[in-house]
Amino acid sequence: MAAQTNLNSMPPQDEATTPTNWRELVIENLIRLAGISAVLIITMIFLFLLREGFPAFVEVPLSDLFSSRWYPIEDKFGLLPLLAGSLIVTVGAVVIAVPLGLTTAIYLGEIAPPWQREILKPFIEVLAGIPSIVLGFFGWVALAPLIQSMGAPSGLTAFTGSLILAYMALPTIISITEDALYAVPKEYRDGALAIGATQWQTIWRVVLPAARSGIVIAVMLGIGRAIGETMAVMLVTGNAANIPDLGFGALFQPVRTMTATIAAEMGEVAQGSLHYSVLFGIGIVLFIITFAINSLATYFVGGGKRRRGGQI
Amino acid sequence: MGQNIPECHRHRWLIFLLLATLLLAACRPEQTETAVNGSQRAIQNKGSDTLVNVALAWAEAYREVKPEVAIAVTGGGSGTGIAALINGTVDIANASRAMKDGEKEEARANGIEPIEYVVAIDALAVIVHPDNPVSELNIDQLSDIYTGRITNWKDVGGNDAPIVLLSRETNSGTHVYFLEEVVRKGEDSEDIFAPQTLLMPSSVGITSELRRNPNAIGYDGLGYVDPEHEKMLAVAPPGSTDYVYPTVESASSGQYPLARNLFMYTAGEPTGELATYLDWILGSDGQAIVAQLGFVPLTNQ
Repeated sequence: MAAQTNLNSMPPQDEATTPTNWRELVIENLIRLAGISAVLIITMIFLFLLREGFPAFVEVPLSDLFSSRWYPIEDKFGLLPLLAGSLIVTVGAVVIAVPLGLTTAIYLGEIAPPWQREILKPFIEVLAGIPSIVLGFFGWVALAPLIQSMGAPSGLTAFTGSLILAYMALPTIISITEDALYAVPKEYRDGALAIGATQWQTIWRVVLPAARSGIVIAVMLGIGRAIGETMAVMLVTGNAANIPDLGFGALFQPVRTMTATIAAEMGEVAQGSLHYSVLFGIGIVLFIITFAINSLATYFVGGGKRRRGGQI
Repeated sequence: MGQNIPECHRHRWLIFLLLATLLLAACRPEQTETAVNGSQRAIQNKGSDTLVNVALAWAEAYREVKPEVAIAVTGGGSGTGIAALINGTVDIANASRAMKDGEKEEARANGIEPIEYVVAIDALAVIVHPDNPVSELNIDQLSDIYTGRITNWKDVGGNDAPIVLLSRETNSGTHVYFLEEVVRKGEDSEDIFAPQTLLMPSSVGITSELRRNPNAIGYDGLGYVDPEHEKMLAVAPPGSTDYVYPTVESASSGQYPLARNLFMYTAGEPTGELATYLDWILGSDGQAIVAQLGFVPLTNQ
């Protein structure tokens, strides 16, 4: 009650009420603290990463970091196989997840009758709630033998990782795309249908372009989810620090991702050793990649708002 | 009801929650302190996955000898255990390889003098799928296989099929032992594992991939091999055809070329309960457990 009245009367006599109402002050500052702490913690994490990982870029010659062999117990710190591994697994996951996610979202948002949506949406939410290690275990026990039986020398391949990651990124892509479709004004669809467009033409030529910025964000966040995933990938990709031959076959060779390398090796290193710094160096590389992806997504959000603001 | 709570009551809840969180946070360090200072101080024992089952069995059996001493055993690999010893977070590090000079220096730099104990002997078995017709290889062939110079089973008398290489992760003492004794044949060489080697996070990772992959080859401690599902190869030294099948007997007699010591390391000369525990491990009771688990006890030598 008291808080309610004070809230309403605050703007006119701001300075006068604050000292008397300590509760308001405490709450306001706690909320402010919470807001600032998020920024503060991110900054601290990055500074910590820099402090621990920076020696790697000074003490290991750049030519070694860009060599093709990762074998840390012999001081071979070539990051290329790890970068290639993360790239292949992530690209594979995106190629699988994006078409599947977009079509699912379009079906849910534009085509499915309400009762189907009621059934399908909870299932997608459940998919988002499955712990990654469980999906990884599923990949190890069920997917890997399947892929091996399709002719790969071993079932533990980049493709197995991509499949698992695709299913991990799907809920993100579906729900954000659906939100973006939902945000397209109904008048757009009405207008398109009124001038004689079919439902497909309306979706493809009107709704999707209008929701473009939201869809790009969905894809970006999906990529972010995929590239940072660790445990599931570690179980199913074979962890061979190998640069696969270029081409489609690359998907069916074992790879070692950056995240799996950090997880597998962090326990073994002595603090302050070169190997330790290099693992943090990999952390910096990952941080920069995800930061770039998020910035791109933010850029598209900004761009989208401007464009839509101009149109409406 | 829930919707009609007055605004100020909700704030009260928020404040209460915040205070409760703060209180809980303030409580924690005290609790840990009592755990450390109490009489039930646990001996922290960590490292080699090869040794972890033996270490667990020792810890369990020791409960009956001295119920007041708690021993916490974790695996993770020899490198993990040694790193923990260097960082001062364990009392005993288990290792399936000797500590490297560099690691000993790092420990001394942290004010820790590692003391080495040989606690058991292990034969490292080279294993393949039971359907694989190959049943013996010498270390030259194994080295060629693991460095990627031989990539097809037909080159060593098997089927025309690609060889899938399985190995433990680099933090495993078994990995390092295999690198030095097999890949490099015990010589001064720059050879390392082929990049396409699949690195498995555990011994179980190797055996379960091996059981479903007829073209895979891997290695594991003798105590971990289940002869029904995995086929052990007879191994001969480099340049030789005197193939020896890995058994407890051939390992303790020294005939089998891939037998090695398993170690425990303590931070400084052990005292009190720690010293009593290590004496018990090296005594006949401790070594009987080694034999039970398929490893080779010290008394046989």
